Amino acid sequence: MRPSPARLLNILVPVKRAVDYSVKIRVNPQQTGIDTNVKHSMNPFDEIAVEEAIRLRERLPPGTVKHIKAISIGPAKSLDVLRTALAVGADSAAHVVLPENAPAPEPLAIAKTLASYINLQNNDAAKVAKDGKVDLVVLGKQAIDDDLGVTGQMLAGLLGWGQATFASKVEVDVGRGEVVVTREIDGGAEEVRCRLPVVITTDLRLNEPRYASLPNIMKAKKKPVEKLAPSDLGIDYTPQLTTLRVTEPPKRVGGGKVGSVQELVERLKDAGITGV
Amino acid sequence: MASRETRLRALALYKELHRLGREYPDPSYDFHGRMRKLFEKNRTLTDKDEIENALKLGEYIKNETLALYSLRKYRHLKRMYPPGSSSTTDSS
Repeated sequence: MRPSPARLLNILVPVKRAVDYSVKIRVNPQQTGIDTNVKHSMNPFDEIAVEEAIRLRERLPPGTVKHIKAISIGPAKSLDVLRTALAVGADSAAHVVLPENAPAPEPLAIAKTLASYINLQNNDAAKVAKDGKVDLVVLGKQAIDDDLGVTGQMLAGLLGWGQATFASKVEVDVGRGEVVVTREIDGGAEEVRCRLPVVITTDLRLNEPRYASLPNIMKAKKKPVEKLAPSDLGIDYTPQLTTLRVTEPPKRVGGGKVGSVQELVERLKDAGITGV
Repeated sequence: MASRETRLRALALYKELHRLGREYPDPSYDFHGRMRKLFEKNRTLTDKDEIENALKLGEYIKNETLALYSLRKYRHLKRMYPPGSSSTTDSS
């Protein structure tokens, strides 16, 4: 009989319902933001995060990954994104429900929510005895609609955990309680070793997410989704930043063609560009 | 539709393809219409091999469509987030 691993992993995967990648972004008429009356889906980087959690469960010895939970913070429609996460293989989900027309939550508020949720779980002796502590948080490095890319780092800071961001490869050594992550950085890659618990954010090159087949979507309807209100976690979502104005970049004017290098030099001189 | 088993498989395939067809990128390509015509053309098959071949063709189309979607998404994302442009932190 195989001895059970010394530590079982509980993975939390925050996911965001973001504007779909195929939508052409337009500024809204009031110039206060983008038009959000468009198709939404799970942020592609978060899809990669969910996929990595599932692959970890497949890669590590059976039973090492005890539970994969997806969590999302947003209006009622965020439930669709959670159902997708459940359909590709998460075990359960949690939904922090925000009011329907509330302004989009800021990364710090999201990070505080996640930290609060994790601390509620990890500091409650009864919950820990029953489900264990959250050891690993995997999320996308940034959302494709705002490209802020700070939530993971803020979360690690709030929790006091290590962080391995822009991960293109993740290896977990549960016995030693460590992860070795290859990070994508300017000019190449970097390998870091972090002790558990740790926050990992995913880069595009980490993996390719699987497709949620229809039978799995049906099965996902039976998986539990925990509903939470902001008051349960004590978080205030009032934005700290005021957006003054959002405008599109100026339309591109047509260029002209020149016949020779001489002409090019003439044109540049006319435009006021002088030699150094 | 010779047996109950193949009937169930055909129905499952139809539902799956229908759901996939909703996200087809080209609005002028009548995915549902074509799919329906192909299924209706084969509804009176009785030979087991023919049914098997038809189902395999359906599976093939499903996989090709999935590949189309994932490639399209991947190409778009790769263009938007080219390698080497992601990190703004030092590697200290």
